[in-house]
Amino acid sequence: MKGEIYRVAGPVVTITGIKPKMYDVVHVGNEGLMGEVIRIKGDKATVQVYEDTSGIKPGEPVVNTGMSLSVELGPGLLESIYDGIQRPLKVLQEKMGDFIERGVTANGLDRDKVWEFKPVVSSGDSVKGGEVIGVVQETENIEHKIMVPPTVSGTIEEIKSGKFKVDETVCVLTDGTEISMMQKWPVRMPRPVIKKFIPRTPLITGQRILDGLFPVAKGGTAAIPGPFGSGKTVTQQQLAKWSDTDIVVYIGCGERGNEMADVLNEFPELQDPKTGRPLMERTVLIANTSNMPVAAREASVYTGITIAEYYRDMGYDVSLMADSTSRWAEAMREISSRLEEMPGEEGYPAYLSARLSEFYERAGAVKSLAGEEGSITVIGAVSPPGGDFSEPVTQNTLRIVKVFWALDAKLAQRRHFPSINWLTSYSLYTQGLSEWFTENVAPDWVSLRDNAMDLLQQESELQEIVQLVGSDALPEDQQLVLEICRMLREYFLQQNAFHPVDTYCPFDKQYKLLKAISKYSDMAQAALEAGIPMKDILSLESKDELAKVKFEEDFESALNVVLEKMDREFAALGGN
Amino acid sequence: MTKEYKTITEISGPLIFIEKTEPVGYGELVHINLPDGTTKRGQVLDTSADIVAVQVFEGTGGLNEESGVVFSGETIKLPVSKDMLGRILSGSGEPLDGGPRIIPEDRVDVNGASMNPYSRMPPVDFIQTGISTIDGTNTLVRGQKLPIFSGSGLPHNEIALQIARQAKVPGSEEPFAVVFAAMGITNEEAQYFMEDFEKTGALERAVVFLNLADDPAVERLITPRMALTAAEYLAYEHDMHVLVILTDITNYCEALRQMGAAREEVPGRRGYPGYMYTDLASLYERAGVIKGRKGSVTQFSILTMPGDDITHPIPDLSGYITEGQIVVSRELHRKGIYPPINVLPSLSRLMNSGIGAGKTRDDHKAVSDQMYAGYAEGRDLRGLVAIVGKEALSERDQRILEFADLFEDRFVRQGRDEDRSIEDTLNVAWDILSELPEALLTRIDNKYIDKYHPAHKSN
Ligand SMILES: Nc1ncnc2c1ncn2[C@@H]1O[C@H](COP(=O)(O)OP(=O)(O)OP(=O)(O)O)[C@@H](O)[C@H]1O
Ligand SMILES: [Mg+2]
Repeated sequence: MKGEIYRVAGPVVTITGIKPKMYDVVHVGNEGLMGEVIRIKGDKATVQVYEDTSGIKPGEPVVNTGMSLSVELGPGLLESIYDGIQRPLKVLQEKMGDFIERGVTANGLDRDKVWEFKPVVSSGDSVKGGEVIGVVQETENIEHKIMVPPTVSGTIEEIKSGKFKVDETVCVLTDGTEISMMQKWPVRMPRPVIKKFIPRTPLITGQRILDGLFPVAKGGTAAIPGPFGSGKTVTQQQLAKWSDTDIVVYIGCGERGNEMADVLNEFPELQDPKTGRPLMERTVLIANTSNMPVAAREASVYTGITIAEYYRDMGYDVSLMADSTSRWAEAMREISSRLEEMPGEEGYPAYLSARLSEFYERAGAVKSLAGEEGSITVIGAVSPPGGDFSEPVTQNTLRIVKVFWALDAKLAQRRHFPSINWLTSYSLYTQGLSEWFTENVAPDWVSLRDNAMDLLQQESELQEIVQLVGSDALPEDQQLVLEICRMLREYFLQQNAFHPVDTYCPFDKQYKLLKAISKYSDMAQAALEAGIPMKDILSLESKDELAKVKFEEDFESALNVVLEKMDREFAALGGN
Repeated sequence: MTKEYKTITEISGPLIFIEKTEPVGYGELVHINLPDGTTKRGQVLDTSADIVAVQVFEGTGGLNEESGVVFSGETIKLPVSKDMLGRILSGSGEPLDGGPRIIPEDRVDVNGASMNPYSRMPPVDFIQTGISTIDGTNTLVRGQKLPIFSGSGLPHNEIALQIARQAKVPGSEEPFAVVFAAMGITNEEAQYFMEDFEKTGALERAVVFLNLADDPAVERLITPRMALTAAEYLAYEHDMHVLVILTDITNYCEALRQMGAAREEVPGRRGYPGYMYTDLASLYERAGVIKGRKGSVTQFSILTMPGDDITHPIPDLSGYITEGQIVVSRELHRKGIYPPINVLPSLSRLMNSGIGAGKTRDDHKAVSDQMYAGYAEGRDLRGLVAIVGKEALSERDQRILEFADLFEDRFVRQGRDEDRSIEDTLNVAWDILSELPEALLTRIDNKYIDKYHPAHKSN
């Protein structure tokens, strides 16, 4: 069927002459720009176009594909970098050079690459939707499971083995259905699962304030809101680098080109702490930067989560970072306003909240159709205007997510990084994960942590008094609390993402650091009670030396040296 | 495509609506012939089967229904050539200096296509500006977009000019070309820039676009795009390192707001259009370095914050796009400190990739972090001292308080022509840090203390 363009206003194009379904992908204009039907009214339909529409004229042709916006799923996703509609940026560069021109199509998966397919079922077996029929070694550490598309089932007539391209048939069912290693899935529809579990294991990130104070569970949801320059991107990149996840999907949604270039440059060099392999081998990047078309930005988040679901279905733990969900919401707003829809709060469409929750609902720990347990952890950055958390995107997000890492411009300004505010942040998983921590970190971990949180609370109250009377006017035990809190903040909470050693802190090291601070605290308390002057307790060298152990390559021995010195120094003070 | 329509049906603010018979492209350039013989230019904003909306750059004054409208059949293009260097052009690219028209080597769409992130090279080359608060604590690198956030009446123009004069990549001979675009600034301000360019000979390697306060606001939407198109051309076709100065982004945003209102769009925060983020990104993101190409585009734009408010939508959205910001402070200016840059809210996100051993110096990062920590704490203590008096401070706190003063006086303050090398900057830093007790230098590795602390430094 052929139609034609009736009207062009920026990324929104009205077409006439064909009768598409909602969300059908159409190609508009002489150059065949890709777009998606988002409204149908009478004999006209409105299309959001994923490419620049300059120069496009009414009367140019429109072709309907009859398919909704889908991604290609199969071996070759890992190590790829895509735009918002799964066009590989590398292929776009080969086809049109360093600047993105339009009207170029490119397959999500390389059609020429050959993969070694090993079947795990035999002919005569019956298979249900989502079941695994074979495996492909996609990268050194990731075995890619080839699954029957969720909507297909039957009895196997023929199953092959050997080297194939993604679109070649590897399996035929008795009803004649041919199955290849690649399947397509509409991005706006969640992939089905058997059931969802309550997440019970933490995502270990190697970031002290996250693991220690505000952990997120595998399969959980977290939001990082913060004003510009407060550390959203650095935190997300740290998570992408160091968390103990199998697969990372990183969506640069309406943010900077240089940041994506940075990831592309760095990830092939960095090693996955779990496997020692280059990080890129477990990563899929989606880069739809702020200057790329907004309609494709709107789609990028769905493209990313669908890819994440696909690996989850194989039984992998996937983490998905979206930087920034605010830019996604703004893309929705822009398109909505071009459609002249009735605006809701601050011009965002009334369905903002529904879209956000639908998206975060696609996170979770699940049993997949393949019978595997997998998870998607979703971590969304939020960029509130003026850093004001009362705006609609932050508020609607907080109603959904279970973990809130609140970035604080004041902390960032004094270069306290990560500038996550320990008083306003929270994790609703803390309780549920306690058992895991007690078993896997240390029996006293939970109490050490609760104690630290307690002290930090006290500090904020004491600070108010100090603001009025100065710290010297406080009683000695309270002065000690202030000092311990300074140590907690500077030695434990502060973590330099750019320091080769400090950037990643294993749980065991986190525990020992916190334990060391607690040791000083206990000994200082005892010394104070024994009548030792505060001044002497505060001037112990071992206390100041504790500041730098986290940077040491050989942390264990550096820490032991300091702890032994601490024992000697306290002994020398006498009293206890 | 020379058909002239005399079918204007409505004129409203900067917009005109025309009935037409042939298809017209979205974004097309439009020529409008007025009854008095003059012509204006505009751009198609909305095109449908029978009616077209056009925004008129020079404003709709003098237009009536008799005016003729000619659709050019193409989007807005800038004729580019290496001979643009040394030239002064209007905000829409016409010569203003009495010189001949530019003989184009090429004609390029001013909207520019977006750079493929895969083609980008992460910026890493340190640019020495000679200003300590930038080089030492908010380092600029080639291909970065780092605006100055200032306020009215503050010396941002002087700072920008000082940078344009002094900027260099140490050890590299390649000169910077400067592309300067004035958007809605006063004639006097523009003169100030032009004189300095002429005096220092910078004009020869500059391209100047002038849209002044009394030029039409709509033209302002095109001016920065012209400038960036010229910059990209010089950078990527002629291998030049181009420093782009756009001033003032605030005037640009006001024009954007005015246009939005004229189109009766649903306004976003404080009346600015909801798409202002995306629109600004289409300017700022045109900075960068491309793999395999020699040139680069670095942006150092000026933005005056209305009411000195950094949360105002203009600085706020800019900060979300640019790779940091240099914040000019009224408080420091009142204290008589030049350049009055407040490092605390300032930031260069690309600093980490441009500094360190082999680029600036191994201790650079640690020294910078330590100064931030000290200065931030010192400034807090100033607040406390105002309440409880200096005597109530501990010995430690008193030293930190003094450090904050030293920092402003020795590190921040420098002459308008003082071009400090990075070595000079770091040495000043160590001089003042050494006034603090060593135990307080917790952010600096012992090895750097041994190597650079004036009290330890061997040799
Ligand atoms: N953990 C950290 N360690 C060291 N430096 C950090 C850390 N987190 C943030 N920073 C510093 O803060 C700067 C800004 O961080 P980042 O780019 O992540 O901010 P953002 O919140 O993403 O801002 P925007 O909203 O503008 O994108 C970084 O360039 C870096 O200098
Ligand atoms: Mg960011």
